[in-house]
Amino acid sequence: MTFGDLLLQQTINGLSLGAMYALLALGFTLVYGILELINFAHFNVFMVGSFVGLWTLQAMGLSGQSVILTGLPLLGVMLTALAVTMVVSGVLGVAIERLSLRPLRNVRGPAAMITTIGVSYVLFNIVLLTAGADSKNYPNPLPPLTWALGDAVLRLREVLIWIVAVALMLALHLFVQRSRLGKAMRATAQDPEAARMMGVEVDRVIVIAFFVGSALAGAGGLIFGLYYNFTSFIIGFTAGLRAFTAAVLGGIGNVPGAMLGGVIIGLIEAMGSQFIAAAWTDVIIFSILVLVLVFRPAGLLGRVAPNRS
Amino acid sequence: MRDKPLLQFQGVNTYYGDLHVLKDVDYDIADGEIVSLLGGNASGKSTTMKTIMGVVRPVSGSVRFDGQRIDTFATAERVRRGIAPVLEARRLFPRMTVFENLEMGAYTRKRGAEFDADLDRVYQLFPRVKERRTQLAGTLSGGEQQMVAIGRALMARPRLICMDEPSMGLSPLFVEQVFEIVQQINRQGTTIFMVEQNANLALAIAHRAYVLQTGRVVLSGSAADLRRNPAIQEAYLGELQVT
Repeated sequence: MTFGDLLLQQTINGLSLGAMYALLALGFTLVYGILELINFAHFNVFMVGSFVGLWTLQAMGLSGQSVILTGLPLLGVMLTALAVTMVVSGVLGVAIERLSLRPLRNVRGPAAMITTIGVSYVLFNIVLLTAGADSKNYPNPLPPLTWALGDAVLRLREVLIWIVAVALMLALHLFVQRSRLGKAMRATAQDPEAARMMGVEVDRVIVIAFFVGSALAGAGGLIFGLYYNFTSFIIGFTAGLRAFTAAVLGGIGNVPGAMLGGVIIGLIEAMGSQFIAAAWTDVIIFSILVLVLVFRPAGLLGRVAPNRS
Repeated sequence: MRDKPLLQFQGVNTYYGDLHVLKDVDYDIADGEIVSLLGGNASGKSTTMKTIMGVVRPVSGSVRFDGQRIDTFATAERVRRGIAPVLEARRLFPRMTVFENLEMGAYTRKRGAEFDADLDRVYQLFPRVKERRTQLAGTLSGGEQQMVAIGRALMARPRLICMDEPSMGLSPLFVEQVFEIVQQINRQGTTIFMVEQNANLALAIAHRAYVLQTGRVVLSGSAADLRRNPAIQEAYLGELQVT
């Protein structure tokens, strides 16, 4: 492979990882934007989402790499898996908010954040104890279609991952920018008390932020399984921490920032593993995070807050 | 006549933790009035506004709107019933456009002909707001922001607008403009309850006023009477009459 082809190949890989990190980063940023809370439970909502995707695919009769589908059956199976995963993950996020965070809404200090760490470990252990410690083979009904770009290879699954991720992010963008609830969400993030006095029911906005963020994390979990062909109870922490880094890198609380940060982290991971060494991935990612925060504490697209008065 | 009560406080007491803020406060705001609330710092003026909006709940006493007790209602329900705030320091949503800020004012209402009519009304009152409608609210000058803040309240099609320090931080020219608009809005049928530091101007446009001191109503009456009251002249009008 020439250097150019290697670069192209790692760009393809990096964009796929980036799509996954971006979907996951959006959940951190939506919740942080409204509650100024870092939700560590999100790590394992992503992991649970990956399992929900696995179980849904298995329930539709798919296991391992044995069944290959094309055309409408493929579309139907994939859309069903995506829809079920997103809804179940979204409901899980809402349940976490209702049961463990709402009672702490008016408690000052780090109590809520520590609680999210606790919830994260609860999810982690429930999956470990019920599904077992071994890696699960992920069904992948996609036909092994590939396109050669020089020596680089573009697989169908990458194209599908991009389409799904872009469609979801576009939908989120339209929701946040155009819909009544999306506008209420932005208003609440900018000034919760003023939003409330416009008649916004802030608790409802928070529920929606958790639902949407967790549903996107679920989609990310499904993408993880399809991309790596496995899932495991342990995948939440590494992917979650990198996605959280992506959110901070882009400017936490900032929706386009989370998308940009996700893509950057994905590309760094892919390039780093090709041109440096995979083992150094996290060293590189977190060094870049530290550098960005030193020189641009608000993140790449972080807002320069206009004066309120 | 102006005697149908729109907003009533009866024996209202509020607390922040152990701090007793409003002490046995009574207000009677009739439909169609402009009523000013005067008082120094920490006298309970902003708490009054927050109590009307339901952000602060009274520990005892009652708050009635249009004859009905509202002190247990959520803020959204009060907005729906026709109370809209113009908040202290404007409090626009800085990274939303002027138009989106106006939309937020109409949050509890359906879009449609009424919305369009109210938008037209706001644009007629404030041609400047129409010009700036696609700009982010945080980029406007203080005076322009105040126009948007009043426009945002009007978008709720309220029966009562609660204004918290509408003149704060504005140039004298803008202050006069704002007060003229307030009178105009009132003539069109909206009741105004206004907290204002600038007692001179407040008493010039108000029909009646209350004076709060450390959480108690110490004086109330028609604006004309209060303007002539030596205690008021000394406490609130003195330095302002020189200018």
